[in-house]
Amino acid sequence: MSLITDSAERTLRVDYLARVEGEGAMYIKLSGNEVQDVRLRIYEPPRFFEAFLRGRAFTEVPDIAARICGICPIAYQTSGARAIEDACGVAIDDGPIRDLRRLIYCGEWIESHALHVYALHAPDFLGYQSMIELAADHPQVAEQGLALKKTGNRLVALIGGREIHPINMRVGGFYRVPSRTELLALRDPLQQALEQSLATVRFVAQLPMPDVTRDFEFVCLRDGELYPIDRGRIVSDRGLDIEPAQFARNIVEEHVQHSNALHARIRERGAYLTGPLARYNLCYDQLRPLAREAAAEVGLDRSCRNPFQSIIVRAVELVDACDEALELIERYEPPDRPALEVQPRRGVGHGVSEAPRGMLYHRYELDDDGTILDARIVPPTSQNQLAIEEDLRAVVDRYHDLDDEELGLRCEQAIRNHDPCISCATHFLQLTVEREDPSPVAAELG
Amino acid sequence: MAGATRAPAKSVVVIGVGNNLRGDDGAGLAAAARLRGEPGIQVRTSAGEGIDLLAMWEDAGAVLLVDAVRSGAPAGTIHRYDVSDEPLPSSPRRPAGHAISTSDAIELARQLGQLPAKVVVFGVEGGRFETGSALSPAVEAAIEPLVAAVATESRRLLADARLRAGSAS
Repeated sequence: MSLITDSAERTLRVDYLARVEGEGAMYIKLSGNEVQDVRLRIYEPPRFFEAFLRGRAFTEVPDIAARICGICPIAYQTSGARAIEDACGVAIDDGPIRDLRRLIYCGEWIESHALHVYALHAPDFLGYQSMIELAADHPQVAEQGLALKKTGNRLVALIGGREIHPINMRVGGFYRVPSRTELLALRDPLQQALEQSLATVRFVAQLPMPDVTRDFEFVCLRDGELYPIDRGRIVSDRGLDIEPAQFARNIVEEHVQHSNALHARIRERGAYLTGPLARYNLCYDQLRPLAREAAAEVGLDRSCRNPFQSIIVRAVELVDACDEALELIERYEPPDRPALEVQPRRGVGHGVSEAPRGMLYHRYELDDDGTILDARIVPPTSQNQLAIEEDLRAVVDRYHDLDDEELGLRCEQAIRNHDPCISCATHFLQLTVEREDPSPVAAELG
Repeated sequence: MAGATRAPAKSVVVIGVGNNLRGDDGAGLAAAARLRGEPGIQVRTSAGEGIDLLAMWEDAGAVLLVDAVRSGAPAGTIHRYDVSDEPLPSSPRRPAGHAISTSDAIELARQLGQLPAKVVVFGVEGGRFETGSALSPAVEAAIEPLVAAVATESRRLLADARLRAGSAS
């Protein structure tokens, strides 16, 4: 972090913010203790996936969409496949194919949440610059995180064919489904992962927790009796309760000059938050009993509005995902066919699922022969961008007494509360805090 | 299903790291593709998420990592760093678009006693990392000498291992 001063202003700048996925920048301007301006600037170039998809066959969506993200490809494949199926009049809402979709999605939640909790976020709470420093003082904690991540990867690789950009998901289901024996081989590792997740909840719950309360509008999927993962209606705590098809009528995306990601807002209301905190607050009753017990054991209220506590919620979701994965494996019987037949037809389809970091919406318009005429993808990070900016205002308001270095670190931690995947939204996060009251502090941050 | 095939214990594993949709960041993958079939070595690839490297090399006796770096040297410059006992120098690091970089992964593994006995990083200096662009001419020209250097190092490591095995029996 370097400080550039002139007679009127202070500029505090982190040129490279570690521990986020992708490249972006943060700009904060202060006049005295008053926040003047906050911008999460995503300058990774636009990636044009929606344009690549136009003119391609409807069957190509899961493979192309999987390339959008190395951390959450299953989310892209699931939302994409469901949207195409919706356009073609097919719904996979129960049965073994749906179970396999939830199972591989559990794998993605486990690997993504383990990465975020241990490698990206926990070091902030303990004053470490990285997981390497954390590993020096707490090797067992680091090993636990790596073991969890590995089990999540194994589950994704077993069902998806490989762990990064899986190749086995298709419109209508899978190319090949695993045998019962293959899945049962993961029972013991998942049982261990469940124990490790319970230990994770206890570990993160005793971390020093910044004290910020936010008045978020939470938005997530809600899906019958199951904790939201692969499908559902879009709901909020302020009255939103819509089918995925009504997404665009209720949520608008706007281009803002400082970012290459579009900003999403609820029409006529504004910022909203999607992700673990939203799911926990809106769907607490659908968490598996073991996950609710784990939350209760560490005193996590069923209403949680401190964005820093998202690390505890992620750990609770790790418990939930491991426990559900074990149940899905226990009851698994391979389907007669690995995929349902999906015949193309002219029309529009919508698909939404819960990526580890939040809701992911896809919409496709198909021609008679299944050629994609139009594609729209709204990733969780562009939906959360405004809420993250508002969080930063709240954090600076609450902690403006901290010196520039401490405040800068607290702001980075606040960004990581929401596990932003800037690559998905459009890669380096650069943080700038500008103050009008000069102070000659300068330091380099990792 | 498709995952990485298990290497025989104490084998030489070559891991090409990078993203071939981001210009010169694909150099490590291009080199790895050319090394496939080289006798006695296992070739693997990583999309760049450093933390997964620990699982990729857990069964390896020696690891050769091939990755793009950006240190300010002319594009196409080949760097060789033996990181078995000391970290990568801080400046030639890859432009980490991922949360845990290759150098972070090496140090995390060292901290946890999970680093193979021999780890060498071959870094090729990249010139451009824009989305979608092909390898720059300078990096393209460096692939052949890079592949030759990695192959020579692999053969030497294999010969050393055989020598040690021979003297032990």
